[in-house]
Amino acid sequence: MSIATIKKSGPFAHGYTSVQKTMFTVLLALLPATLFNLYLFGWPAILLFTVTVGACVAIEAACLALSDRPVIAALGDCSALLTGWLLAMSLPPWAPWWIGVLAAVFAIALAKHSFGGLGQNVFNPAMVGRTVMLVSFPVVMTAWVMPHPLFSAGAPGFLEAFAITFGGNVPDTISAASALGYVKTELSRGIPVSQSMAQVPGLMDMMLGYRAGSMGETSAILILAGGLFLMFKRIISWHIPLSVMGGLFLMAAIFHAVDPARFASGTFHLVSGATFLGAFFIATDYVTSPVSKRGQLIFGLGCGVLIWLIRTFAGYPEGVAFAILLMNGLAPIIDQYTRPRAFGRNSKGEPLPLIKEKP
Amino acid sequence: MKLFPIRGGIHPDYRKEQTSEKAIVVMPMPATLYIPLQQHIGAPAEVLVAEGDLVKKGQMIARNQGSVSASQHAPTSGRIKTVTEVTAPHPSGLPQTTIILESDGKDEWAELPEPIADPFAADAHTINDRVAQSGIVGMGGAAFPSAIKLNLGEQKKLDILLLNGAECEPYLTCDDRVMREYADEIIDGARIMAHALGTPRVVIGIEQNKPQAVEIMTKAASAFAEIEVIAVPVQYPMGSERHLVQAITGRETPARKLTADLGIVVHNVSTTRAVHHAVRFGRPLVARVVTVSGGAIREPNNVLTPIGARIADLVEFCGGFSARPESVVNGGPMMGQPLASLEAPVVKGTSGILALTAEEINDRPTSACIRCGSCVTVCPCGLSPVEMAAFIRKDNLEGAAKLGVMDCFSCGSCSYVCPSHIPLVHYFNYAKGVLNDLERESRKNERIKTLAEVRTIRIEKATEAKRAALATRKPASDTTPPSTGGEAKAVTEEKASA
Repeated sequence: MSIATIKKSGPFAHGYTSVQKTMFTVLLALLPATLFNLYLFGWPAILLFTVTVGACVAIEAACLALSDRPVIAALGDCSALLTGWLLAMSLPPWAPWWIGVLAAVFAIALAKHSFGGLGQNVFNPAMVGRTVMLVSFPVVMTAWVMPHPLFSAGAPGFLEAFAITFGGNVPDTISAASALGYVKTELSRGIPVSQSMAQVPGLMDMMLGYRAGSMGETSAILILAGGLFLMFKRIISWHIPLSVMGGLFLMAAIFHAVDPARFASGTFHLVSGATFLGAFFIATDYVTSPVSKRGQLIFGLGCGVLIWLIRTFAGYPEGVAFAILLMNGLAPIIDQYTRPRAFGRNSKGEPLPLIKEKP
Repeated sequence: MKLFPIRGGIHPDYRKEQTSEKAIVVMPMPATLYIPLQQHIGAPAEVLVAEGDLVKKGQMIARNQGSVSASQHAPTSGRIKTVTEVTAPHPSGLPQTTIILESDGKDEWAELPEPIADPFAADAHTINDRVAQSGIVGMGGAAFPSAIKLNLGEQKKLDILLLNGAECEPYLTCDDRVMREYADEIIDGARIMAHALGTPRVVIGIEQNKPQAVEIMTKAASAFAEIEVIAVPVQYPMGSERHLVQAITGRETPARKLTADLGIVVHNVSTTRAVHHAVRFGRPLVARVVTVSGGAIREPNNVLTPIGARIADLVEFCGGFSARPESVVNGGPMMGQPLASLEAPVVKGTSGILALTAEEINDRPTSACIRCGSCVTVCPCGLSPVEMAAFIRKDNLEGAAKLGVMDCFSCGSCSYVCPSHIPLVHYFNYAKGVLNDLERESRKNERIKTLAEVRTIRIEKATEAKRAALATRKPASDTTPPSTGGEAKAVTEEKASA
């Protein structure tokens, strides 16, 4: 006897949720930040975004076909679209096309389908794609540009953008450092954080997103709005975003208080780099994060602390992707140790003692 | 009164408005009734009638046998057509021994037991006997013989009789209507039961989505200081015995214990009304209110249905099907059972007959689990459905058992919220079935092993005794043939007990 041979039992009522609807809501939440950043970084960003998303969907289709699964039905769940979208948002906006395509291969084929496809992967596909690129092509992957809003003076036109994305003609003069990178480089030259901090964009610019950075990460405000929308829609809960940012902020704030010359402040860490994008959209990835709320808190805190450690002590100025991948690896173990307490049992699974209270 | 939170749960579309504002209607007596011998948890009743017998309404036609059982009574007067196998109201659709009764159209009552004049002066035994005699079982759906639950007062010191009027299942409104229309009968039944149980307090828990029932019951209970009506939050599965107890008292029933171990006995409101009828009028349980509803029913209604009426006849009474039902469900949509055939009869535990369209059920093809964790969040038992299902998919039932699959009571919350539409409850029911079989098997093996060991010891002893006897008798004579009769008898006995 196997489970397939039995007539299906209840319930005879189901909620109106679906994987597709979930993914679609996440895409909707990403839309404002994406549109803003595509505007901010202009045509080259739009081209790279299109190439990356397109490559992810195409590779997903190829993998599904190779594994003899229904291609159209599985593409309909929008998971590849979302992976491609997040991957594109984590790339430098003027990076050449092959970065997007190669990252898509690693994200979809290696990180997702070699593990068995949707729901089976241990590591977040978009972050695998990004980190493989970062480790393999560190120069291209850290070639940030200052904002060149569409149709503004000095912004590349469509043809120039075509040359940037597909011809590799990035004008040298416009490269800029991200705030995190700048502070780190200055520190290595012996200039204390407290001094270099004067050169980075102000808090307001950092929050609004008028700064150099990855294609979709710069506007903390818009990402926050998207994240709150997801919470309102009950797609995500507050546990992971809050614990990621809480962990990062606490570590940064404590060390900043001890030695402000060496360590950047908590607020700086929160608004720079991919903190918001990571906390609301990447660490919250269902597949690669723990399922219980308690597990999610531990997972988030771990991400936050690791982000700070990597940013502060490791070779790379930014650590969101690394931190999340490391915690992804721990998620199955966290799940095992944070199962909820069953009704009528203690946390070890033994029946509760019988205590008869007097009413 | 301060209430206590319960874990998880869901808020499905309740769709109770289809029947909640319609007064209970009486189904005309069908020409033929089908009364299964087993409508309850426990042993089937023993038939007291034979083909051709004339019976009156309320006459006992099958007697309870064994420690857990309930008797059956003729729902109307007429002639016993036959006792035979008929499709049971069970998803298996397997046949079950059933008394078929042809109505004579007179609906004449038999001579009923005398009403208990002053039940509050009677002892618990008298009341329990009457309840047992009247074939009353839990009418919320589980159909556990009520007299056994009423006997708990003798073994345990009890504090509270909790009446379950939560009715948390979508669509069902039979308890709601009974509370609105027969509040006084419920209150009287509750007082009688509390007297039999020896509980000083009666609490009636009703979900807040039944404001009229709360109001009417509160008014009916106002004359009695010991009775309290509490409106509990609308949160499926609030009507689960253990969860209702937790919501109202804050006490969590330990695993593998009963709420009675905490001093609380839970009965359904309709059961309480049946007790009122049995004690005050001597009337056994021969009819019940059934919610007939769902998108495929032409005229949804609450129907006072004689026990044994064919479900097909009941559906016909409610105007038949207006659309092709995807499933016909016995009970509520969350925990009800799919019916294999409409030929099956209405039984004492039938709270609802729902003909649901595919649109209402909204089941979609299963896709991959995305580990969203919704099932973990909503599980009212604090289990991890996502992990249990992963084990069961690989047929690792041991693993699922370690994660507590046997604690699952199939409330269906996980299947309801799953965005991938994975039939989680189906997985768990399968695992529970196989694990139960395995346990029965291992218990049987254990018993056979013990018996075999006992037998070996006995044979050894017998041989020893024989040898000793032989040794003492040897000088006299050695012609007595050794007897094997005793041993053969022992073997027969073992076979009988195995």
